[in-house]
Amino acid sequence: MIQVLQTLAQSGFPDRMHAATLSHFLLVSALMFVIGLIGFLTRRNLIIMFLCTELMFQAAGIALVAFGRYHLDFSGQTFVIFVLTVAAAEAAMALALVVLLFRRRESLNAEEWKELRG
Amino acid sequence: MTTLTNILHAALTGSIGQHGEVAHAAAGAAPVQIAANGPWYAVLIPVFAIAAFLLCALCAAFKVKSKLPAWITVACLAASCGVSASVYAWVSSHGPAITYVFDWIHVVWGKDKGQSFVANFAFYLDTLTCLWMLFVTGLATLIALYASEYMSHDVGQGYNRFFAAFSLFVFSMACLVMADNFILLYLGWEGVGLCSYLLIGYFYKKPSAVAAAKKAFIVNRIGDLFLALGIMLCFVHFGTVEYKAVFAGVEEYIKHFEAGEFNKIPPVAQWIAYLLMGGAFGKSAQLPLYVWLPDAMEGPTPVSALIHAATMVTAGVFLIARTYPIFMISQYALHSVAWVGALTALLAATIGMAQFDIKRIMAYSTVSQLGYMFAGLGVMTSVGAAAHVFTHAFFKAMLFLSCGAVMHGFAGQLDLRKLSGVGSMPGWRIVGIAMLVGCLNLAGFPIITAGFWSKDAILGGAFANPHAQSIGWILLLTAGLTAYYTFRVYFRVFVGPQHFEPGDELHAHDDHGHDHAHAGHDHGHDGGHQSHSHDKAAASHDFHPHAPGWAINTVLAILAISAFVVILPLKLIPGELGWVGQMVEGSTARAVGHMEHAKFFGFDAHQAMMVVSSVVGLAGIAVAFVLHYAGRTSAATSRADALLPAFGPLANWAQHKWYVDEFYDFLIRKPLLVLAHLFHIIDQYLVDGLVDAAGYLPRAIGRLLRPSQSGELHGYALGMAGGVAALLLIVFLATTSW
Repeated sequence: MIQVLQTLAQSGFPDRMHAATLSHFLLVSALMFVIGLIGFLTRRNLIIMFLCTELMFQAAGIALVAFGRYHLDFSGQTFVIFVLTVAAAEAAMALALVVLLFRRRESLNAEEWKELRG
Repeated sequence: MTTLTNILHAALTGSIGQHGEVAHAAAGAAPVQIAANGPWYAVLIPVFAIAAFLLCALCAAFKVKSKLPAWITVACLAASCGVSASVYAWVSSHGPAITYVFDWIHVVWGKDKGQSFVANFAFYLDTLTCLWMLFVTGLATLIALYASEYMSHDVGQGYNRFFAAFSLFVFSMACLVMADNFILLYLGWEGVGLCSYLLIGYFYKKPSAVAAAKKAFIVNRIGDLFLALGIMLCFVHFGTVEYKAVFAGVEEYIKHFEAGEFNKIPPVAQWIAYLLMGGAFGKSAQLPLYVWLPDAMEGPTPVSALIHAATMVTAGVFLIARTYPIFMISQYALHSVAWVGALTALLAATIGMAQFDIKRIMAYSTVSQLGYMFAGLGVMTSVGAAAHVFTHAFFKAMLFLSCGAVMHGFAGQLDLRKLSGVGSMPGWRIVGIAMLVGCLNLAGFPIITAGFWSKDAILGGAFANPHAQSIGWILLLTAGLTAYYTFRVYFRVFVGPQHFEPGDELHAHDDHGHDHAHAGHDHGHDGGHQSHSHDKAAASHDFHPHAPGWAINTVLAILAISAFVVILPLKLIPGELGWVGQMVEGSTARAVGHMEHAKFFGFDAHQAMMVVSSVVGLAGIAVAFVLHYAGRTSAATSRADALLPAFGPLANWAQHKWYVDEFYDFLIRKPLLVLAHLFHIIDQYLVDGLVDAAGYLPRAIGRLLRPSQSGELHGYALGMAGGVAALLLIVFLATTSW
């Protein structure tokens, strides 16, 4: 964690004059993540919620690729390739589930499903 | 405390001698020698009985609907009886012996005395064993034959069960009597108790029968506890439970007993006798544990005759006779036995005088006669006691079987106010004669009855003992009362004007425990338009008593003849009480030591008693004749009713059994009930409360946390996001140096 913070401090605040630095990428990544999170928490449509999770996923991917480039280490990008693969498979699964759920209730509202409450 | 002990000492030694003994007993203390090579076929006695049990159980399993189990039982028990006779023949020619069958319990943990525990399945065959086995198996055979007819209304239902329990009883009794150690005796002791329980509760759908069975079982457990403790103490002191070794150990104390030096005998050895006595009192229905026997009459009559009159209840007498040396070395044991026996005899006789149920009268007379036997043992005429066991077994079985025949024929009627002149009804002659013979024996009719001679031996023994005079007087009074209540039954029920009212049972089930006044009521409903008294008459005319068949008549005839025939071995063979005397003198029940022979008003006690007890017995019969026969015109009333007011409340108290049951109820049952309710409350609220609390705690936590699981996806998502945020904040705060 300390290392991460040091890295952030070294990278400095994005400057208009300079080319894109690590900070730009991290900022984009954080914004994407937060947008995804807010979308996930506020929307009730299952498909939108699923898209928001994808958004958070890709935000994490951007951060990984950025750090990988910054450290000149390809394992970050390699990991992102795997993440993308898994996300694709997961998307197929999730959309199939959403279709099934829709068939049951004729609605995409997530609040229709509360059967697992205590 | 010391004063109390002194008073006790004075009271007991004042009443009976320290080393009392009947003068005719063999002098000297030569130990009873016993060989180890008994006849192998002794084992067949219990084997035949258990075979009958197993076959009857098979019959029950295959739901046999015929009289097959009865014939199996009769055949097997007759075989047992034959083997008993041949074992007796062997013992009388070869002397006492032990027959070893197999190792049962054999534990050894050291070489010293008391470091092994051996209780083999082996039989101690001496003349005492033979005496008991002969009448047990003989009577069991006859009564099984009787029961084959008596129980016939249950063929296909309880018939198999009845004979299975009957055979198991004989097996247990054989183990009890033939055992060569206390453990096998205890096995038989508990076995007969179990069979008694099963057979008292034979009519298990009747609440009173179930209650009686439980009462018998529980009261017997109290006695059995003492027996078990006595056996344990015997092992602690003598280091063995085998009779042979125990008697060898007792032998060294016998000389102290003969010298009257009881302080040289260790108290532990003396205590064994008290504990064994407790067991004997329970099984043989003596004070204070006699209350179960009258209730035990709930069982079928053959059971009452065999188990609760002739054999099982004499197990206590047998136990004391078998371990007589142990009782002799105990300073007060025999005195206690004599007093308990005499008081029981008197108490039971007074209750018997006031009862109306003839079977119950017989039950109380059994308790009373058992008291006689104990008194006989206590005043050191073990010969008289054993002879009384022997003769009593025959005539009391016969009395019960006669009562049973009446009950069988009159639909359960047993109230002597509702039956009259039964003996002169067609088909009832043999029952009447058998009853007369039994009553003469029980009343001690002079010279011609065996019961007279055995009772006389006990009375003579009591008066001959210079320290048992008061016991002698109690027994003499009891003899008079016995003669009275016995012939009260005979004169009321078997002679006089013919009259009967049938009982309230379709079959001859045993009818007890509830007031007989109800019987009349039940019949009152038969025809609604008639008056009450007419109804009863109508019921009587519709009902035809069914006279006993061949099996009952044969058995009664055999028993009536044998009740007389047993006089022959008693009187024709020389010596006191002839054959039985020899049987007892040659066994462990032999009384040893010397004693002054007391005089009865200047006459020899035994000879004087012959006259005095004859007079007392005849007087009792005469009183019964005047009060219950002479001039009696109806069944319900007699001249005795006019005398009742003279006795004030006494007659009523006696009829209510001196309220002993109520007293026990108040003293023991009620406190136990209260205690049980208390424990129930503790269990329900304290113990169950703690258990419930253990279960309630997780449930409460669960209830607290349940709302967090709302089932709403966004709730979980918010929680997750918030959690991650919180974690990050904590990490950030923790890692930032301000």
